[in-house]
Amino acid sequence: MKITEQQVRYVAELANLRLTDEEAARFQSDLNEILEHMDKLNELDTTDVEPMAQVLFEGGETATLREDVEHPVLGTETALANAPLAGAGCFKVPKVIER
Amino acid sequence: MEIARLTISQILEGLQERRFRAVELAQQALRFAQAENPKTNAYLHFCPERAMAAARKVDEAIERGRPLGPLAGVPMAVKDVILTTGVRTTAGSRLLANYIPPYDATAVVRLERAGAVILGKTNCDEFAMGSSNENSAFGPVRNPVDPERVPGGSSGGSGAAVAQGTAVVALGSDTGGSIRQPASFCGVVGITPTYGRVSRYGLIAFASSLDRIGPFARNVRDAAVLLGVIAGRDERDATSAFAPVPDYAAQLQGGVRGVRVGLPREYFRDLSSETGDRILRGVETLKKLGCEISEVSLPTTDYAIACYYIICTAEASSNLARYDGVRYTMRSKEAPTLIDMYRNTRGEGFGAECKRRIMLGTYVLSAGYYDAYYLKAQKVRTLVARDFAQAFEKVDAIVVPVSPFPAFKLGEKIADPLEMYLSDIYTITGSLAGLPCMSVPCGRTASGLPVGMQILTRHFDELGMLRLAYAFEQAGGPEA
Repeated sequence: MKITEQQVRYVAELANLRLTDEEAARFQSDLNEILEHMDKLNELDTTDVEPMAQVLFEGGETATLREDVEHPVLGTETALANAPLAGAGCFKVPKVIER
Repeated sequence: MEIARLTISQILEGLQERRFRAVELAQQALRFAQAENPKTNAYLHFCPERAMAAARKVDEAIERGRPLGPLAGVPMAVKDVILTTGVRTTAGSRLLANYIPPYDATAVVRLERAGAVILGKTNCDEFAMGSSNENSAFGPVRNPVDPERVPGGSSGGSGAAVAQGTAVVALGSDTGGSIRQPASFCGVVGITPTYGRVSRYGLIAFASSLDRIGPFARNVRDAAVLLGVIAGRDERDATSAFAPVPDYAAQLQGGVRGVRVGLPREYFRDLSSETGDRILRGVETLKKLGCEISEVSLPTTDYAIACYYIICTAEASSNLARYDGVRYTMRSKEAPTLIDMYRNTRGEGFGAECKRRIMLGTYVLSAGYYDAYYLKAQKVRTLVARDFAQAFEKVDAIVVPVSPFPAFKLGEKIADPLEMYLSDIYTITGSLAGLPCMSVPCGRTASGLPVGMQILTRHFDELGMLRLAYAFEQAGGPEA
């Protein structure tokens, strides 16, 4: 077994994901199968190979800095329009600090 | 004029010769799409007001004698992972069922500037994760060719709408094959442009180093027109490229004599199926057109699935962290504390495949596993890209199948996630390397299911790719 039920619970906590018992069991078995397939990568020697994080093109500029000038922004009201709960120009969430 | 088979040039001609007005066409297209949609569930929702406003603008331009954009009056669809101001955009997820974007994706802005009439938003796998469109929170899409079968995924709705004739063209997005595979399953043209060719601004992120927006169309020329409209640098996407955008549609007839086409032996090794037969017949056509066919090797192919599903899930776990009940419409009712709110919202909101990928992505990025999985996969990605770079020293294009098999039945593969992942084998290598790649119809199986031939070329050589596809299409597809 690559991954135990306890590890599944731990990863779900890291991911802020509430799982039912059935889901936890299902994902444990799915992840085991998938991770076993992924072990295939160990057959490849990657010594001295640079990791590739992004597609970059030789000779072609793909990232740039722009002038530091103001652009129109969405505005508070628009930005809050999809919030499940908002008020006083803020996103509202359950209380995090006790008095 | 048959509404379901219209081409872009027929529409432009009709408008210029005043045979119909854009508003009339838009009304007719909307009525037809709404009436036909229950057969496939390709559209999730329509936006008639926006469509009619766009059509009125085109008619106004005609009345005032102003020049028309290349997509003037063209009724089209947009995948529901691409933002449209004021028009619901759900990403196929329960979490975003009521999300109304406050801005347009750059691709959408460019489409409408070119005169396009967006009819509605198309169904897809939740957050574009899937190869069958069965992961949509709003029900699967049925393949117009055979309603018992899937249209492919994740852009299944866009592929189905274009094949069904309820859109002339459509936008999709492709991370590991999500344009090419549904295009092949539905028998239409689908293009995944070079990474960076089309701005991702306003595309709901799945795996940012792999995500691309691209066109669906019923013929190569229409796809080329659409690509020309949406391509090009956008300062709102730092990864969008500066490379100049050729007039693709005007240069399709460049001819393909002498073009060197490579067949990677790793892809044809186990290909004894009907799909393989159609692709080899397609290669015969290319040979007759004057292409020089040779064998090439992409030795890392067997490792691509593992590499891809580590990288894309890692990026997805990070991108999807934002759906936590604070900003995006849905919040669990069980939210006594902040952490309960996060966990319950995500637990209730995400479907099974999203959860599976978030779990996998979080795992491969977690302490102790990062080097073994994520870093290793990034290094293998370099090897995959290097394979292609070496092959493209010898050939100008690479031709492979899009999928090992044609459209499968609904429910056939959904129970086994690994098997579903493995079906992406032919599309993900081009995704990892960021190459332009497309699916062009390549005949049908004996039972009438479409087969797609995939063409890949060097970075930014969309023109070379399109010329091959155009010549192939004009020649009538694969040899009999």
